[in-house]
This record gives sequence, C-alpha cells and structure tokens, in this order.
Amino acid sequence: MNSNDTLIPYIGVVTDIRIDTPDVKTFRVESPEGGKLFEHMPGQCAMLSIPGVGEAMFSITSSPTNKEFMEFSIKKCGCLTNWLHAMDVGQMITVRGPYGNAFPVETELKGKDLLFIAGGIGLAPLRSVINYVRDKRENYGDIQVIYGSRSKDDLVDYKEILDEWMTDDGVHVNLTIDNAQEGWDGHVGFVPNYVKELNPSTSKTVLVCGPPIMIKFTLAGLKELGFTETQVYTTMELRMKCGVGKCGRCNIGNKYVCKDGPVFRFDQLDELPDEY
Amino acid sequence: MLRISANKLDSLFEAVAAKQTLYIPADRNDGEAEYKKYETGMKLTSRLNTLRSAKDFFFPQTEDIVEFKMDGKKIEINDIRQECEDFVIFGVRACDARSFTILDKVYLSEPVDSFYKNRRDHGTVVTLACDRPAETCFCQTFGIDPTAPEGDCACWSDGSYYYFKANTAKGQTFLDSISDLLEDGDDTAELDKVIAKTKAVMSKLPLAGLSTENFGGDKLDEYFSSDKWTELSESCLGCGTCTFVCPTCQCYDIKDFNTGNGIKRYRCWDSCMYSDFTKMAHGNPRLTQLERFRQRFMHKLVYFPANNNGEFGCVGCGRCLSKCPISMNIVKVMKALEEK
Amino acid sequence: MQKAMIEKAKQLLADGTVNRVIGWKRGEFAYDITPALFENAEELEKDFVFDDFTAANVSKYLVKESRKEGKVLAFLKPCDTYSLNQLTKEHRVDRENIYVIGIPGGPKLDIEKIKAKGITGVLSVKNEDFTLKIETLYGEETMPYYEAVLDKCASCKSKMHVTYDELMGEEGEVLESSRFDMVEKLENMSSQERYDFWRSELSKCIRCNACRNVCPACTCENCVFDNPKSGIDNKAPADSFEENLFHIIRAFHVAGRCTDCGECSRVCPQHIPLHLLNRKFIKDINALYGEYQAGADTTSRAPLNDYTTDDCEASVVHERGVE
Repeated sequence: MNSNDTLIPYIGVVTDIRIDTPDVKTFRVESPEGGKLFEHMPGQCAMLSIPGVGEAMFSITSSPTNKEFMEFSIKKCGCLTNWLHAMDVGQMITVRGPYGNAFPVETELKGKDLLFIAGGIGLAPLRSVINYVRDKRENYGDIQVIYGSRSKDDLVDYKEILDEWMTDDGVHVNLTIDNAQEGWDGHVGFVPNYVKELNPSTSKTVLVCGPPIMIKFTLAGLKELGFTETQVYTTMELRMKCGVGKCGRCNIGNKYVCKDGPVFRFDQLDELPDEY
Repeated sequence: MLRISANKLDSLFEAVAAKQTLYIPADRNDGEAEYKKYETGMKLTSRLNTLRSAKDFFFPQTEDIVEFKMDGKKIEINDIRQECEDFVIFGVRACDARSFTILDKVYLSEPVDSFYKNRRDHGTVVTLACDRPAETCFCQTFGIDPTAPEGDCACWSDGSYYYFKANTAKGQTFLDSISDLLEDGDDTAELDKVIAKTKAVMSKLPLAGLSTENFGGDKLDEYFSSDKWTELSESCLGCGTCTFVCPTCQCYDIKDFNTGNGIKRYRCWDSCMYSDFTKMAHGNPRLTQLERFRQRFMHKLVYFPANNNGEFGCVGCGRCLSKCPISMNIVKVMKALEEK
Repeated sequence: MQKAMIEKAKQLLADGTVNRVIGWKRGEFAYDITPALFENAEELEKDFVFDDFTAANVSKYLVKESRKEGKVLAFLKPCDTYSLNQLTKEHRVDRENIYVIGIPGGPKLDIEKIKAKGITGVLSVKNEDFTLKIETLYGEETMPYYEAVLDKCASCKSKMHVTYDELMGEEGEVLESSRFDMVEKLENMSSQERYDFWRSELSKCIRCNACRNVCPACTCENCVFDNPKSGIDNKAPADSFEENLFHIIRAFHVAGRCTDCGECSRVCPQHIPLHLLNRKFIKDINALYGEYQAGADTTSRAPLNDYTTDDCEASVVHERGVE
C-alpha cells in the first residue's frame, strides 16, 4: 500500500537472506508484487520495522543501479536486529524511505579519484557508492578500497569483493584484518595504520565509514598524510524515529542527522557541537 | 472592525457551536483553565491563559498513525486516519497563536506532516488580546504584541464589547458566518484606552527588559561550552513538565502498542529531557542531565533560529515559569548565559 | 532564620566540615525557588533564601550528592528528615557524607492557591499577622494566610526532626493530623462515585513524570516505566485504562516506603491529589500490619518487606472486596 504520509510505511517482503559474518546478514527486500519498493541514491537509508518489535534506520547497501531489489546489511546488536536475524525468507517487514542526503555522486565526486576506507559493518553504506561508481565507470577516476575487519570471518561482502571488485580494472582493493589468522595471508593490522602504510595520493577524495574510534584515528592519519577535511566524507549514526527531521531525536547543533545527513563532510562536522 | 456586546457573547458561542465544534478556554474546578468543547452555559475563563497550550489541537499528545495486522509472515496495513471535522478555537492568546507559526515551520516543511496539516486546515483560530498580563509574561521579548494577536481572526475586549477583525480568508469566513450577530465596531475609543493601559502594564512587567539580542544561530560555540550549564542543570529532575506545557516544544516518539487485535503504531509527545531520548544500541551521546538540559535550551535559543531565519523557539508564555517543579525556566537560562 | 542559616553554612564551609551546601536559591519572583548547590560564602550571601516558599524537599538530591567527594550540608525541614531516614535505610545515600541541620518546618505557601483566587501579576508576598499582603501589578491584594497554605502543610503529621547533626530553632513533636480525613471521605463513597472522582482527576495527567522524578522513594536507576521490556513504557496514555495504571503502579511500588512528604502533589502541574493514593496505602498498611511511619527511624523493616507470623491473612482481600 503506498503511503500518503511519510510516516506510513510500505510493506516489503524478504526474498533472500545471506549470511555474511557471524553477526551480519544481508537481507534482500522487494515489493510483494516484485521489484523495488522505491528508488534511492547511494548513502540514503530506510526505516525498517517489525510492528510490535521496533523500528530503526538502516543504510541501503545495494546500489541504485540494481534495478531488481534493495539490500540491507544488518548487524545483530539490539531488539529489532535480533528479531530480523531470526526471521526466514518470505517474512514481510515494513519499509519507509528513502531518507537522508546521499553521497554527492553526481556533483562533487564526479571525475575524482576515489578512496573508500571502511571498517567492519561500515562497508555497508559505502558498498552502495562503490557499486554505483563501478556501474557508471566513465564518470569517475580510479577507485581504491581499503577495508578491514576484526578477522577474516568478519569481512562483510567478502565474496563480492573477491569475485567482482578485485577482478575489476581500475578498482584496487586492499584488505586487512586486526590479528593474524590461519588461512589468511593478506595484510594484518588496523585500518588507520594500514592507510598510513599505503600512503594514498592526496589528490583522492575519501569516503570513510566504520566504528567511531576507527574514523577518528583514520582521519588523524589522513591529516598527517596531507589530506584536508574538505576532501573527506563520512556517515553519522544517531537514534532516529521519524526519519524526516521533525521528531527532534537526531538533532545535533542545527542539523538533523536523518535529514541533513547522514552523509557529512568533515569540515561540516566540525561546526557541530561536540556532543558525539 | 465588527463588534458584539459583551452580554451577548453567549449567543455568539451558540451560533458558532451550532455549525461546527467550538472550543473555549473555561474554568476547571481546581482553579486552572483548560480548553473545553463548548456546551450551552459554559463561560469564558477569567484566567489569563490555559494550563495546557493550544498546540494540543494540532499536535495532540497521542495520535494514531497506522494499524498493522500480523498473520504469520504477513503484515497488513490499515490506514486509520480520519478526515478531521472543522473546528474553531476561541480565545487563543497572542503567545499561543505565535506558537502555531513556529510549529508550522517544522511540520509543514517538506515532507509535510499530513496529520498536522489535516488539523491545521480544519481549524479556525480566533485569538483574544490580553488586558491583564501576568508577572510571568515575556512575549514582548520575542516580538509578540499581546494587544495585537495573530490568528485567523483577532478579538479584543474593552469590558462592554468584543471587537473582531479578520486576518485571513478563513477568519473572514468565520466572521461572515456570524455576521448577523455583529454590528459596526469602528468606534474604538474605549478599546484604545484599554489597550493603552495594557501597554503601560507591559512596560512595567518584571521581565520587560529581557531581550534576545545576545541569542541566535551564531552563538553556538559560545553558549554550548559555557560553564553555566552545571549550575543551571544541577537541580533539574528530568521530568518533562516544561516540554509538555510548552506551546512550541515539538519532539515526538513513535511507539507500537499491542491492542490484542493487532499492533497500533502511534506517536506521542516526548521530551529531550528524558534519559532515554538519545539512547542507542551502542551508547548514549547525552549521558547526564546537563547535556539534555543544555540541548533543550540550545535548540530554542540557537539551533531553531539558525534554521528558521532568526525565529526563536519560545513565545514567552510563561508556563515553564509557573509549572517547573523546581522553578528552573528559560528566563533563568537566558540571564545566566548572558552574564559574562 | 534565613540569616542565621547563611551564617551557619558559611561557618561550616570555612572550618572545612563541609565543602558544599544544598539549599534554596532565589528566583525571578517571590515564589520561584530553585533547589541549588552553594559552594562558597559569596554564593550563599547572594542567592540563598529560606522563606514561606521554600517548600521543596531536597533529600532526593542527596542520593547523588552524598556519593561525591567531601561532606555536603543539607538543611532539612521535619518532613524532609523522614525522607532522608528512609533513603538511609535503603542504602541510597551515604549518611556519613551528609551534615544535616534540622530547620523549622512549614507551613509553606502555595502560589497556585493565591493565583486561584484571581490574584494575578504577583510581585511580592508578605505575611502580616496571618494576613497575606500581596503586591501585584494591579495594586495590592490581601487574603487570609491560612487559605494559601500548601495542602501538605495543612495536614502536617510531625514537627519533629527524626535525624539531624545539629538543630536550629526549637524541636517539635509528632502531631495528630487530619491527613486521613479525605481518604476516609473517599472510602465512604460508593464505588461508582470513587471511580468517577479518580477518573476525572487522573484523566488530567499529562505523563510528565514530575511526581516520579521528585519522589524520594523513587530512586530506581532504570525505572520500570522507562524499560521497553516491561510493556508499560508507553510514555503517553495509549488508552484511557493506562492513564490510571501509571499512578496506581507507582503507588504500589512506593507503598510502605512512602513517608508522605507530599512533594508529588505539590509538583503536579495539573493539581492531581496524588498523595491521596499514597495515604490510602498508608492507612491500609496501618490497619493491616500495625501503625507504621516510614522514615521515622533507620532500622525497622518496612511492613511490606518483612514477614511476621501475625501478618494479616490473604483472606483479608476477600473480606474487604468490592461491593
């Protein structure tokens, strides 16, 4: 049923569930009649809920260039997410969106060399941009992805990274895990340190997403390498309820993270009060 | 201007109530006033203002959004909204009337909140000018003139007559609907005297000197890191009374309620002063009452004006001054922050 | 008295017995008193006030304050001392860290009662021989002192301080109070009349939680009404049945521990006489388990937390049942 008000959701059906890591699953959501529920731009989010259990904002991890379905990569960490992880294919959920601003893929990022830095589940929002950019290759420069997680089993979208991204020309992927592990002969070390080791060119525009502590150290490292805050983007996360900048929950400074964000450039974040 | 003799006010209420639902501020048995649906014999209160603000009419404390029926893996949606009936609110004071403009800026901006808009479209606001301001009034600070209230139709009283003037098309429709009861009211000599007297009292109000010149969107860094917040917030109970009596507070929560027959999703007033307002699965950015207390006042005095061309999130109605259990309020905050 | 209290506080700060003082701070008008922390003599001189409007019970703030470094000075009226004892008994405060000075109690005045008489624009209130001389923006008004007294003070149960490190002013006694009169009146109503009374009062509730947050017996760090797993965290009445539930559940939670300090009714913005619910519980507990005043001492066990062989039997519920 289409909504006449943004607070009234659509009904979506979960048509596929992929187990990514011990605590992350990727859910494919389509309209009960088939096809996508709505269009979106990379970086935007949607409110998913199970009535009676809860509702929360999740970033849409699939790219808008995927014409058949939407995907959400969700980490199990609370009431609603526990329920979602326990559900089966065929379950209906409520979806409303798309909410938030998107990464400026059609404006500031066009023509640029892009560097994506992600940690753990932080890859989910960036995946939407990476796949969009790969599908519209001619509009962008070179693509580098630096991605790390606690262990090999905690790398989200691992199969896609190996089979699709690493085999793509012009896409360079650097993976790392926190501690050495049997069966892993790739780089070992934290993402912020790996970034400094790789010493990427400062001509790149950077998109970072991950746990707050990783973002903090990565930004510090990038600054040491000569990057300025106006060339680094990230996404913010706060408790949200309405999703449209009215209920006041995600208000920080004069911004509403659900409406003016979740994508922010670091110099914009500096203007916000130091609450987060 | 049109007018009606004061002793005929009842017949005006009867005439309006015959055509649509009418709400007037009336006395309650505990000495306070509240908006009640008009019934024959109900009298306009003599108290300056109601305890609960008029925002209830457009942004009620609880509002059902949608209903869900769950059946195995299936979910069915039931849009339970109903078209609102037309109604008139009579006797809204200038402060509450301005609060509607402020709430409009939030709820009627894109994407439009259709619940709010529905009520707003169906409501006619008839304001009543004040003639006995209280010591807790400070609407002047926010550029509101209690002797010239906004609203669809404004009304003044000089003791013998009630004078009316339409400000909008809706207000004009309201006056047209009762035109047979009204007479010409262009002779406002007595009324002018009452207004002059009220203005004299306004200039002598204890809070008449309070000004917003030191507040606004550009004061974020300065006030956010002020060391006054500790002492301002130390006795705050975090109860939410200020938020709920405030005509401009607009935060809400969305909750699901199992009716036994399905799940009802409703929204209800929430307060940024509550401890779980910003609580997430992995932490809470506002851990202590200081941060929450600061958020409410920074929002009203800095963030809201920054986003709305300098319009402040307060109308000076004075309700928080009389209702806070520990007597903290926006005036004390403003004075403390301004003090260097 | 105010001057003497300021001097005493300054002296205790100066000699290092305490490093901060909890008291009352002057506001914008005669009657808007805020509980506040004073840390030095200047602050005390400037803002400390003790008068007819300092009704607030500061013992709840001691839950947090007594856990900080250094001793805190608290001026407690007789009713406040009962709350402190109860908090001490429940180990919610560190009594060692509080220096209590017992001060004279009320009666304190209720500005709402003054305003309910139609007196507006109040600038100052003076008590002259039990007539209140009220200066307002619209001239001077007068009213009998006793008509403006807070409800909780009108039915005062005790002028005795049950805990103190020092006393200022005379010691008082436990009083014969009329505090159960209204409860009896309600008990003697038919159940329909009683239902109507409570429905009309409780339907005014705006769920602001002021009563809960000011109550010294409500010190749970994670209240059941804020816990989404409890099913009753609805914040606003999702239906009218629920409107009553909040108050009745809370009254049950504090039953046997409520010292009848009257703060809940004083702070309610809608003037709901919540204390009547609590007094009904106290009256019943007195009848069923023997006379008990919570907070009168720090050692006795609350009747609902204690089992003795002569506790009333469960059949009493049946006997007292509904019509």
